[in-house]
Amino acid sequence: MMRRLRLNRHLTERLGFISLTLMAVVTVVPIVAVVIYILSQGLPAISWEFLADFPRDGMRVGGILPAIVGTFYLTIGTAVFSVPLGIAAAIYLSEYAPDNALTRLIRIAIINLAGIPSVVYGLFGLGLFVLFLQFGTSILAASLTLSIMTLPVIISTAEEALRAVPQPFRTVSVSLGGTRWQGIQRIVLPQALPGILTGVILGLERAAGETAPILFTGAAFFLPRLPNSPFDATMALPYHLFVISTQVPEMPPQIQYGTALVLLVFVLGMNLVATTIRSRARARRQW
Amino acid sequence: MADKIIIENLSLTYADGVESLRNISLNVPENAVSVLFGPAGGGKSTLLRCLNRLNDLTEVRASVGRILIDGENILDPKTDVIALRRKVGMVFARPVVLPMSIRQNLTYGLELAGENRKSRLDEAVERSLKLAAIWDEIKDRLDDPAIALSGGQQQRVCLARVLALQPEIILLDEPTSGLDPISTGKVESALQELKKEYTVILVPHSVQQAARTADYAAFFLQGELVEYGEGKTIFTTPREKRTEDYVTGRFG
Repeated sequence: MMRRLRLNRHLTERLGFISLTLMAVVTVVPIVAVVIYILSQGLPAISWEFLADFPRDGMRVGGILPAIVGTFYLTIGTAVFSVPLGIAAAIYLSEYAPDNALTRLIRIAIINLAGIPSVVYGLFGLGLFVLFLQFGTSILAASLTLSIMTLPVIISTAEEALRAVPQPFRTVSVSLGGTRWQGIQRIVLPQALPGILTGVILGLERAAGETAPILFTGAAFFLPRLPNSPFDATMALPYHLFVISTQVPEMPPQIQYGTALVLLVFVLGMNLVATTIRSRARARRQW
Repeated sequence: MADKIIIENLSLTYADGVESLRNISLNVPENAVSVLFGPAGGGKSTLLRCLNRLNDLTEVRASVGRILIDGENILDPKTDVIALRRKVGMVFARPVVLPMSIRQNLTYGLELAGENRKSRLDEAVERSLKLAAIWDEIKDRLDDPAIALSGGQQQRVCLARVLALQPEIILLDEPTSGLDPISTGKVESALQELKKEYTVILVPHSVQQAARTADYAAFFLQGELVEYGEGKTIFTTPREKRTEDYVTGRFG
């Protein structure tokens, strides 16, 4: 009797273990499948001309240079606005903010900001930056729109990284005659920096891949030259992919998959940088 | 001996309603080790944290009374707390070395104060490590991460870090609670040297340590100062029954 019960429990444990392992494996399948599929379809399209030339003949021939450059500009533009603002907000929330109605409101706002559909940001950006502030459809307006979308990611990861720095460091710094800011500047921020950077890159990576927020705010269908000021519209990889996949008849598929591959490499590359920073910092951490 | 610190009718209640200190009056002489002892929750740490205004970081509901250091009331809102904390250094129960090299730990406070002359900083490093009785052990690896030191060494580095600022008063909140007997012995003998130049206030981690180190001793029980006097009196012939019961181990 005892023996059978033990066997059953053992069997249950094994079954549970196997099914959990299977489910974990299943989650890996889509990402691997996507990467392999895009690679196999897109790789033949990749050439120097594809990366360094303008599209020609209604985008059916030539390269995607303006889209690559545009996505690069938009990512930089987004970083310029969202990184300082996001880190400053995270420092305030983690280091200075008392627990009161105002800070609770700020936190709720940040959480909800993260939940807003990206196309709504696009419409908001159109109303505020393009029309009301008269930036026009431009890199500036699109970057600002993407910044707002990116802020919640940056703020919450940066706040988490700051909170992970042990509290006693701050107390010791104050007890040695430091102001709060000196402790933050000399100890807390440097210690939290790798975590903050990871969050920043993950946020920017999302911004780089988004289509909807730039749709009305800065993305151009086709431009014969590269943008040369923040007030110019620009082509961008995700929007270009959308355009050549839905708006251009008789589009050669390898150009679509080539574009998807470049976007994927751009985004996964940023991801890789973030992961490397994080694991290096963990190995070096002194607490 | 002159009184360095005069505490007058000090009461303090934390924001959560806990009354931590009840009408404490106490004179702390300079060049001596004064010990604040008693069971946990007696208000000893709270009192220490009033002396360098570290309680400013905690939410305090109400605080009355005065603390005079060299005749000035440091609880006055106009007090320069930065200057106060340089003058009143503190060593914590758990050694907290900052995530940097040993040398940077020692120069941290001086650099915050704007000192950046290398000769001055080097001088302060050597002097304070010698005072904390750890110079010979670590002088060859000052640029190693401080976290690589043993717990006992870390705590003496923390003591040295306070001494580097050349304070006048040193507060120690159970500085040996996590240390082995040998490291504890080194810290205790360092204190006996330090009292020649400084005013030392120690919250010991045991009655035995209190008895070993105290020139003066104050017994705290639930926010109240039960008895205060010379160490030899308190630990041999206390006036109060409660002190005697605690010292002889009948409760605690």
